[in-house]
Amino acid sequence: MSDITNSELDRRTLLRRAAAVGLAATPAVGMLSACVGGGEEDTTDQATGTKSADNPLGVDPKAPIEIVIFDGGLGTKYATDVDTPLYNKKWPESKVAYSATQEISTTVQPRLNAGDAPDMINNSGAKMMDFGAIVAAGQAQDLTELYAAPSFDIPGKTVAETLVPGTAEWGSYTGKPYALNYSYTVFGLWHNATLFEKNGWALPATWAEFTALCDKIQAAGIVPFGYAGANAAYYMVRALLTSAGKIGTEQVLKDIDNLKPGAWTAPAVLEAAKAWGEIGKKYLDKSFLGLKHTEVQLQQNQDKVAFYPCGSWLENEQAKDTPPTFKYAVAPYPSVTTSDKLPAAAMNAAAGEIYFASSKGKNPRGGMEYLRVMLSKEAATEFTKLTKSLTVVLGAADGVELSPGLTSANAALTKAGKDVFMGYLFDTWYKKLGDESLSAVNDLMFKGGDAQKFCDRMEAASQALAKDSSVQKQIRS
Amino acid sequence: MRHGKYPFIIGFLAVPVALYATFVVAAYIQTFQLSVASWSGFGPIKYVGFDNFVKLWNDDLFWKSLRHNGYLLLLLPIVTIALGLLFAFLLNVGGGSKGGMTRGVWGSKFYRVIFFFPQLMALAIVAVIFGRVFASDKSGMINGLLPDSWAPWLFLADERWALTCILVVLVWQAVGFYVVLFSAGMGSIEHEIYEAAALDGATRVTLFFRITLPLLWGTIQTAWVYLGIAAFDAFALINIMTVDRGGPDGATSVLAMMIYRNTFEYSQVGYASALGVVLFFLTLTFAALTLRVTRRDAV
Repeated sequence: MSDITNSELDRRTLLRRAAAVGLAATPAVGMLSACVGGGEEDTTDQATGTKSADNPLGVDPKAPIEIVIFDGGLGTKYATDVDTPLYNKKWPESKVAYSATQEISTTVQPRLNAGDAPDMINNSGAKMMDFGAIVAAGQAQDLTELYAAPSFDIPGKTVAETLVPGTAEWGSYTGKPYALNYSYTVFGLWHNATLFEKNGWALPATWAEFTALCDKIQAAGIVPFGYAGANAAYYMVRALLTSAGKIGTEQVLKDIDNLKPGAWTAPAVLEAAKAWGEIGKKYLDKSFLGLKHTEVQLQQNQDKVAFYPCGSWLENEQAKDTPPTFKYAVAPYPSVTTSDKLPAAAMNAAAGEIYFASSKGKNPRGGMEYLRVMLSKEAATEFTKLTKSLTVVLGAADGVELSPGLTSANAALTKAGKDVFMGYLFDTWYKKLGDESLSAVNDLMFKGGDAQKFCDRMEAASQALAKDSSVQKQIRS
Repeated sequence: MRHGKYPFIIGFLAVPVALYATFVVAAYIQTFQLSVASWSGFGPIKYVGFDNFVKLWNDDLFWKSLRHNGYLLLLLPIVTIALGLLFAFLLNVGGGSKGGMTRGVWGSKFYRVIFFFPQLMALAIVAVIFGRVFASDKSGMINGLLPDSWAPWLFLADERWALTCILVVLVWQAVGFYVVLFSAGMGSIEHEIYEAAALDGATRVTLFFRITLPLLWGTIQTAWVYLGIAAFDAFALINIMTVDRGGPDGATSVLAMMIYRNTFEYSQVGYASALGVVLFFLTLTFAALTLRVTRRDAV
């Protein structure tokens, strides 16, 4: 071969190597740089106006606001057709810039870092931002003033007084409210009331009744209990920990949230894990581990699965696929032991769906005002109508014709009375620990139910997190 | 025509070099910088030395993910290249020779198009389709075809098989491209060589091992490097197809998945960067080793 061809070959090899190296880590590493930015500089020009009875938050009437809504199960109609018009009616000179996205962190996080934050953000969905980190970085507006301000349309009351008790605390980090958890979700065992009536199946109050009923359901050729392991294991975590809460009161869950040593190996958690592990072993269809939530929910709509642990958004989510004979209803999780500290009727209900005003935005007061508008009775009523979800605004659902599922949820809440508890926050505070609980609960439910292993594994993960100084810790009392 | 030579070169090179420097080199430098820091993705950066790497060393999931990358690294290139070579050989030489020309098996032009199809589909779509193929209940394509008595196979929901399912899809998707690549390589091998060998009475197997394989060595080497790099990634399929994205219970977790989760879900950008640095050196080492170990004298 001549020299020319030789060098030709060498150059090709060289290019190949360069290409190989260039391709090497680019896909993974490139993602990281997308979110590196400044973020230290303080925004100086924030719009403020004069506070008055008519303008309790001191909004600058002329300043525009920008809102970003998560486009998911709740849709966006409530924002475009209800909240924004209401806001504009009150502040006609303030222009509302609106956008919706399914990927909150992708669109909003770089903007927070670049000091170009939108004023009001709906942090939700699979790509929601780590809200604890946002608070720790001082990016969220302290909402104390909002809760103390007079209600938008209920005279004589402050915003806080119009809400489900505890709303402010649920969005609190280290004692200060930063997030508004707007929609109110009731968790329990969802089932088809029509199917249960037809077969004369009574809802169980004790664990013995529960397993006896599961036997009957199984005999009828229906899977008694199921949840989707592929992406909905957190429904099962909620079921298990709700049982733990009922056995030993909400303090058990508070200890878990506070990363208290021994919280996961506490008798109440072990007891609940044992009980649920048995259910998994006997009554769960093993193939559900590979299925997504909608697939199992569809099977329930076809009466192939009896009980499904979920929140009250389920009915709206399945609306398209629910046959007219299917009537969603919810039952509280049965008592595990005869000495449960909370009654069988006790329920887990919590406010979810985070909305927050950005403290580093151009118009944080406008952002808060937008939240005040959302917390008006009018906006909340329309939200319930549009999304079939309750809100934290008390009485906003009165007079609204509710769907069967929501009616049942409302009734169950009434029956529970003072025994409604909010549950736990560790999975939103510490997502890594939350993800560990998903793997652990799938292992417990689908692999034969070793309760002690579940508890030990979660305890180890929780203590490892407690020792990790790079994670900001939260406290709940 | 000498005037304007430099503006010409600069015009062509400056933009790509600037883009490369901004989006690749700068990104690497920033990643290295962040790997020794504790940063949540918001607010100020705090430097912590090599804490992230110590944490990594003690992280079970890291070792698990590394093993999975290793498994893919071992099998993906071997299986894909073996299949690619086999199909390319059948398409180009497998039909024997007629009138002094070696030909592929009957209908080879049609097969070539079919083989290339998967390459044209977006990886996300491939993942969704195979998610259905491997579905763990009767709604899945394979489970739907299996007789009832075999019970549903769990595929992706079974820790023992989940990663192999991913491997199958990766191979399925990649093989067509390498068929075309190897076909092109085989096309450039002089027909006279095959002819002469055939006249000497060589069988197809001999033709393949004595002529095709040695003459294609450079192409195979390149294929190996590319497939190795693909084996270091596999993020998209795992993100879309697997239980709990990387499960069940971490059974399909890979480094790219860990980087993604730590960055965007756990707000541990420093830790993710440390993982990125490890991945960078692993890939670099792999590429260098492959090129060195497989080096041969030109034929």
